[in-house]
Amino acid sequence: MERIPILKMGDFLLVTIQVDLYDQLAENLESDLINTINKHNSKGVLIDISAVSIIDSFMGRILGNIAVMSKIMDAQTVVVGMQPAVAITLVELGLSLNGVISALNVEKGMDLLRAKMYNGDKEEQTYDDSNQ
Amino acid sequence: MTTATNKEELFIVKEQDVVPLRNRVKEYGVKIGMSILNQTKLITATSELVRNLLKYGGGGRVIIESVTNGRDLGVRVIFIDKGPGIKDINLAMQDGYSTGKSLGLGLPGTKRLVNEFDIQTELGNGTTVTIIKWKNG
Amino acid sequence: MQNNLLASLKEHQNKLLTTWSQLLQANGSTDGVTEEEESKEFAALLLDALQHSNGNTDSDEFEKVYDLLIGISSSRGRRGFSPRENAQYLIAFKEAASSILSEIESDPVKLYSANLELSTLLNNMTILTFESYMKGREDVISRQIDEISEISTPVIRVWDGVVALPIIGTLDSSRTQVVMENLLQQIVDTGSSIAILDISGVPAVDSLVAQHLIKTVSATRLMGAECIISGIRPEIAQTVVHLGIDLTGIITKASLASALQTAFDMLQLTVVKRK
Repeated sequence: MERIPILKMGDFLLVTIQVDLYDQLAENLESDLINTINKHNSKGVLIDISAVSIIDSFMGRILGNIAVMSKIMDAQTVVVGMQPAVAITLVELGLSLNGVISALNVEKGMDLLRAKMYNGDKEEQTYDDSNQ
Repeated sequence: MTTATNKEELFIVKEQDVVPLRNRVKEYGVKIGMSILNQTKLITATSELVRNLLKYGGGGRVIIESVTNGRDLGVRVIFIDKGPGIKDINLAMQDGYSTGKSLGLGLPGTKRLVNEFDIQTELGNGTTVTIIKWKNG
Repeated sequence: MQNNLLASLKEHQNKLLTTWSQLLQANGSTDGVTEEEESKEFAALLLDALQHSNGNTDSDEFEKVYDLLIGISSSRGRRGFSPRENAQYLIAFKEAASSILSEIESDPVKLYSANLELSTLLNNMTILTFESYMKGREDVISRQIDEISEISTPVIRVWDGVVALPIIGTLDSSRTQVVMENLLQQIVDTGSSIAILDISGVPAVDSLVAQHLIKTVSATRLMGAECIISGIRPEIAQTVVHLGIDLTGIITKASLASALQTAFDMLQLTVVKRK
């Protein structure tokens, strides 16, 4: 069975989708990713879709699922590199990918993930302070 | 008058047939010089409709054609299944309606992606969906 | 059946050309040198075809004539000839040919049938010239449409990481598509995380235009950039509210300047005056 590789980079997971997705492949990615987050206790997931030339409602739903599921498991998901044509098509289709955070490229996506982590820590800090 | 100049037929019975179909449709778009955006809209519409064909129609045939209408060039894709048909077509064409576990923007969303959209369905006799995307549409 | 009178027109080619060009000059539908060359070539080909193809107007010789005629007509269309002048081109040829026929043949029956055949042939050719003349004009129009949509959606890099797109004129769905495509492509190319859409030049915002704006903003966000809409004039704000259009969730600013200020804030930049 074909699978999309998931790379671990410190606290983050990196997924680069290089092939056009079909439904089963997308579903496998969803479960693999959630399991990997659990295994490594990852704090962030970066999904690079710059090579993906089509996202329809099913794959859009999978991306949304991944974002929400990882959020529940305390990991932030950022989708990077969406093609302009894909973005316009999604909007036209009526899909706004609520809950999915996106960034222009891998670099900006990494910055975003780090910023989220940092801010998250700070929030915890203040919470602790107020408790003391 | 829309006339077809070039056509081929593919049988879609399993999910793995979807990617080759999308690629074939894309090739038809490329051949007539369709922009990336319109190609993307066309293959996304194809992807939505072929999922319906597999899920509700139990597979079927897909016909891809190059069409012309005067000066306009386009790609027509016809999805034919012999499934149970759609009970209430008006309801199915409403935004937010779905019987399956998808997002329910299948048909109306797909209609917005193409220039011409026609659906013929008969209970017990299957469904035929025809879409056309014009090169400059 | 080929009328041998028409075939013999070839022998009078020079005279025919002179009469034709006189007629063209008389009604003013000529522009001199280019046309003389074209006409000479056309007359030569047509007369050859009449001489050799035995009345078969689908022969290779006639194909050549038609091709040339299509070329001439569409080029006349592009050179700005009026439809009347374009029609007169072949009508004048018919007149010239018909006057020569009456000079070389005195039998009315033969003359009549030759004229009839000439008429049918040239009428068909006139239809052909009209089609290609219109095609030439349509090419001009479609090229202009492309140019207009190209120049009317300039994407400007106003700062490192900030692009702006002033929209002038009405936003319909095909225009919105061009705007979106250009804007998003520029966002990718420049790696800009903020886009400003200035609608000062949009005459009116109705619910459809608003929907197009909202779509553009959504697509920009999907890509991972933020979109600010600026240039909201008071009357636009009024219509938007009266029509019950929901623009909450979209950053709107009155002027491009304040949109830029917002962009600076988002990028954590400060503009300071030098002492």
